[in-house]
Parts: sequence; structure tokens; C-alpha cells
Amino acid sequence: MEILQIVGVGIVATVLIVLLRQSNRSEYALLVSLVTGIIIFTLILNKLKYVVEVLNQLVRSTGVEFAYFTTILKIIGIAYIVEFGAQISRDAGENAIASKIELGGKVIMMVLALPILLALMDLVVKILP
Amino acid sequence: MNIDLIFKIASIGILLGILHIVLDKAGKEEFAHIVNLVGVIIVFTVVIGLISKLFNSIKTIFQLY
Repeated sequence: MEILQIVGVGIVATVLIVLLRQSNRSEYALLVSLVTGIIIFTLILNKLKYVVEVLNQLVRSTGVEFAYFTTILKIIGIAYIVEFGAQISRDAGENAIASKIELGGKVIMMVLALPILLALMDLVVKILP
Repeated sequence: MNIDLIFKIASIGILLGILHIVLDKAGKEEFAHIVNLVGVIIVFTVVIGLISKLFNSIKTIFQLY
């Protein structure tokens, strides 16, 4: 079961990080937490790929405009990367950098979502008498 | 994914910490700092390789081209 591996890796890494921080080696603690995040993500990689494929087929079968779904997928990916980077820098105590990363992520997501917003506006205008 | 990478990085950190203290006691402070810097650089290059692999896999999954 993957979940046991994930929890095990998380707890072991946390103990190691506390040990490293205690012997004032906090740069290595940050690197260990970064590597742990990456390892846990690669553990769930296949499951995530499976979910995305099923969603793909679902959207394709319902005949909804496929571009919207790829945009949603992109936004989810961006959200994950932004959260990953912001959390790492927040752990290291750099809240300013974390909020800058989140600001950049929000702007990029907004840019991606604009076409859908415009399409919605056209639809609404068409419906109104 | 190689979970033992976590143990490698942690052990490098601890060993360099001890080496730092030993070198300090031996009176070679600047040498201790250099050793510490080299250690961080080596581990960081390994971690950057991992990060680029992670970002590539995210790009393929979420079609973020």
C-alpha cells in the first residue's frame, strides 16, 4: 500500500530534519524536506496519471469543449507547483518569497482562465434578449 | 524512487556538522567553512537534478507545455 510508504517516509524524514536542525545544520534540513516532498510526489505519480486519464475519457465522452478541461488541468498543475515552492520557502522562514511565488501563480492562473471567462460572457450576451 | 537518498543527505549533513566542529577545535575555521560550502553545493546539485525531474513529470501529467 502506497499510503504506508508515504507516512513512513514522512515521519522518518521529519525525525532526521529535527536532528539536523538541532545540530544547527538547517540548510541540510531544508534539502532533506525538499527531497522528501519530491519522493512522496513520485510515489503517487502513477495514481495521479490514472486519475487524469480517467477524467480525460470522461470529458471526451460527454462532448464538453475539450479546451476547457485542458485549461483546468493546467491550472491544477500550476496550483500544485506554486504550493510546493511556496511551502518550501515558508518552511525555511522566507514568508516574503512564499507570497511572491503565490502572487505569480495567481497571475498566471488568471491569464489561463481569461479565455473561458470571455467565452462565458459571449454565451450570456447571446442568451439575453 | 530511491528513498535512501533521504538518509544519504541527512548523513552527509550530520558528518559535515561533526567535521565542522572538529576542524574548528583544530583551529582551521576557514577550512571548516570551505568544507561546509562544498558539501552544501554537492548535495544541492543532486537535489536540483531531482527537482528538474519532478517538474518534467508534472509537465507531462498536467500538459503544462
